[in-house]
Amino acid sequence: MSGPTLEQIAKGDGLALCAAGSWTARFAPALEQIVAEAEKLTGSRPNIFIDVSQVSKLDTFGAWLIERLRRTLTHGGIEAQIAGLSANYASLVGEVRRVEPAGPPAASESAILGVLDRIGRAIYGVGDTFFALIGMMGAVLTAWLRVFVRPSTFRLTSTVHHLQQVCWNAVPIVVLITFLIGCIVAQQGIFHFRKFGADVFVVDMLGLLVLRELGVLLVAIMVAGRSGSAYTAELGSMKMREEIDALRTMGFDPIEVLILPRMIALVIGLPILTFLGGMAALYGGGLVAWLYGGVDPEAFLSRLRDAISINHFLVGMIKAPVMALVIGIVACVEGLAVQGSAESLGQHTTSSVVKGIFLVIVMDGVFAIFFASIGI
Amino acid sequence: MVPGNSNPIISVNGLTVAFGQRHVLDGLDLDVSRGEILGFVGASGAGKSVLMRTIIGLVPKVSGNIEVFGIDLDAADSSERRGVERRWGILFQHGALFSSLSVRQNIQFPIREYLKVSDRLLDEITIAKLAMVGLKPEVAERFPSELSGGMIKRVALARALALDPEIVFLDEPTSGLDPIGAGEFDELVRTLQRTLGLTVFMVTHDLDSLHTACDRIAVLGDGKIIAQGTMDDMLASQHPWLREYFHGKRARAVLV
Repeated sequence: MSGPTLEQIAKGDGLALCAAGSWTARFAPALEQIVAEAEKLTGSRPNIFIDVSQVSKLDTFGAWLIERLRRTLTHGGIEAQIAGLSANYASLVGEVRRVEPAGPPAASESAILGVLDRIGRAIYGVGDTFFALIGMMGAVLTAWLRVFVRPSTFRLTSTVHHLQQVCWNAVPIVVLITFLIGCIVAQQGIFHFRKFGADVFVVDMLGLLVLRELGVLLVAIMVAGRSGSAYTAELGSMKMREEIDALRTMGFDPIEVLILPRMIALVIGLPILTFLGGMAALYGGGLVAWLYGGVDPEAFLSRLRDAISINHFLVGMIKAPVMALVIGIVACVEGLAVQGSAESLGQHTTSSVVKGIFLVIVMDGVFAIFFASIGI
Repeated sequence: MVPGNSNPIISVNGLTVAFGQRHVLDGLDLDVSRGEILGFVGASGAGKSVLMRTIIGLVPKVSGNIEVFGIDLDAADSSERRGVERRWGILFQHGALFSSLSVRQNIQFPIREYLKVSDRLLDEITIAKLAMVGLKPEVAERFPSELSGGMIKRVALARALALDPEIVFLDEPTSGLDPIGAGEFDELVRTLQRTLGLTVFMVTHDLDSLHTACDRIAVLGDGKIIAQGTMDDMLASQHPWLREYFHGKRARAVLV
């Protein structure tokens, strides 16, 4: 295949531009240059025409560039002509001749305005998020009440399925991570307390920290990353493929069918995981205290009994279902907000995890203030 | 083998494709000659899309060989393969537009990858491609989720045609279109074939398309080509499935 050429041949006071070779997409970069060169000839002669009889191969790229050249050369009321079109190419050129020149590109806004615009939208969006969360909370509550009145509509199978996904399947990773965190906290505690000869107080620290704060917080963050994201992705892809619309038109409430079982599974599952996580962390801490700190298990347990009251354990456990609720509501709101594109699914899944973790930490702070003020 | 066709653009020989124990295609032979529109029919689930996807390399085959543009795709190295891929365009059944890109970006995507051309030319070519498939320039800024089913098919065709391929594979291009839209689509394929010298491999169930757009029809049954030829050959065939397909109630309504 020979490359494209455009030869200038003077004919009297006119000029023929003889195109030859293959004017196809393959040679598009070269073609663009050739045509840009030729476009400079505009108005140099009273009569310019383009001869394409020698063109061996033509496709849309070539045809458009010839047409563009013709349009540019049309000057001072004299329309440039294309000569030597074979029947096949004539219809192709005819196709591109109908193309209207592209309008001017939309004016781009200034960078500062763009930044201000994004900040404004983000701040405004906080309010929207808040109302969406409250709205979802209300919808889940009413669905729950409806199911309470008519227990036959409760979706047990679905709930159990989600409980397996959220709780049972998460047990190994949650136990492993909390075990390791327990080990690390105990090791650090012993290392620093030893300077004061206060090794044994590591048990107090471990017990308080794990049962009140660290256990539930760690587990909630893990669940937000593991199950919150899964909920958002599931609901989001169902929304994208109109499955949620299908449910609605069949007379089902998507909240009742899809969201309530997920929420219930999470509210049951997170306290169980918190309990298991707390135990694993205490076990890990106890092991390190014994092997590294020389606090034998007998001493560890009796010290733990003195340091910890049932209240500490309850404070941790009471937070778990509330955090589950927050994670679930955020995940479902984000899932239902997914638009038609894959990108939107990714954005909402990200924001589900980010908002979930953020709100879990905020809730933990609120609880801390509350328990401090009632003196537990 | 079509007599007198010495140089087919696509040549499939003894192709066998299996999913587990189930043989979907079993020793299939098919030639497509340059510049023709081949309509490919067969019962639902017979493996029409599987053949198309095997030719374009999405489904692995058990045995047989496939040559496109005279290049054996098994023997081809990666640069040869890219060369072949650049010369074909594919319209998937549901469009397969990239949902996070606008129509303009969807059409420009393959061009940007393969050609170094200016943004101005890219935009102009995009508008030209949209005009060719019968869409207005305004559509360029929309996203796939904002398009109707028919528009998605048209945009997908525009993307398939972005690099001016020599072969286009169409998987049920008219399914889900209204009869007017489907008729326009057939006409469009015909026009493009005439103007660009395209070879078209069309999987379809649309008897209208077969009748108006296709030069030749191949019928898939039991993992093989059971008949191929023009519409008249199909109508004259005594094969029971073909008789039912081309002489059934719906066919009579179309072909009278």
